[in-house]
Amino acid sequence: MWRGLQVLLTLAACASLTGVLAAAVLSAAGSPPPSKLAEQLAASLGRSGVENPVTAVLLNFRSYDTLLEIGVLVIAAMAGISLARTRSLEDPELRSADTLLHALLRWFIPLMLLLAAYLLWAGGDRPGGAFQAGAVLAATGVLMRLGGLPMDFVRPGLLLRLGLVLGFAVFLLVAIAGAMAGEAFLAYPPGTAGGLILAIEVVLTLSIGMILLALFVAAPVINEHEPEEGTGS
Amino acid sequence: MSPELVYALAGVGLCGIGVSGFLLLSHLLRRLLAFNLIGSGTFLVLVGLAQHRGVPDPVPQALVLTGIVVAIAATALAVVLIRRYFHLTGRTSLAEDGDGRS
Repeated sequence: MWRGLQVLLTLAACASLTGVLAAAVLSAAGSPPPSKLAEQLAASLGRSGVENPVTAVLLNFRSYDTLLEIGVLVIAAMAGISLARTRSLEDPELRSADTLLHALLRWFIPLMLLLAAYLLWAGGDRPGGAFQAGAVLAATGVLMRLGGLPMDFVRPGLLLRLGLVLGFAVFLLVAIAGAMAGEAFLAYPPGTAGGLILAIEVVLTLSIGMILLALFVAAPVINEHEPEEGTGS
Repeated sequence: MSPELVYALAGVGLCGIGVSGFLLLSHLLRRLLAFNLIGSGTFLVLVGLAQHRGVPDPVPQALVLTGIVVAIAATALAVVLIRRYFHLTGRTSLAEDGDGRS
């Protein structure tokens, strides 16, 4: 009885919250735009080194966000890996001997790698970019993991750590180098923006794919043979 | 009413569903899903509201792209933490609920 009343009250509160939010959205839609950000962006797009406005915002005008974002990702991946109980992040028990699956993966993996490379390159002048390419890269890794292909590179070791921090490190290095060369922090020297953005995007793609894959494989596998910790057995 | 405004309002609806799910459910994975619903609703509101006059605004789109990636990483970390918690305690909900109802 009390529980039912609680649920009803919560639902009513959430419904009224939704109503208030909807009213706010409608009133915001009716009012004139508060800023000229889109026009400013279109006006200075030529100086950004890329033609796709979203990529320009991500890696030039608001690259601070992207730098902090890849920092957050690195921290999340480190926390996830440190929680994994298995010494090897790649579980030999999960390897399958299904020939059909292996044949399918042999077709899929090169195609997905190609797609990731295309998305990365396309980010310069149309929708695409490091995050989409990194997500496809991570999906390739997840598929390899589920299909049971050996993945020695996700073993906790130098290679994995290097892959995790590569994007963040290169991004930070470029930012600091720009600052030391007399520009503002995270401002690219004139004329080099396009090349620097492409280089940063390549390492970002590698790191994002590695981080997402590491977080996926870090989820500890429940081992039936071992007693669970903390259950007193 | 333009289609983009419908997206924004759908995002508001998702936020409401997410908040109620977050308050009412006790299973940790469901709470995580509800939390992700709130996040997705916020992204929909941001993108939909910004381009309801027909011109896509790249600035909110870039912010939402950043947000999506951070949300994915946070969700993955939360799943790892939840599995670890389940490993250590054998429960699927937080301690106050006591009964471990799933």
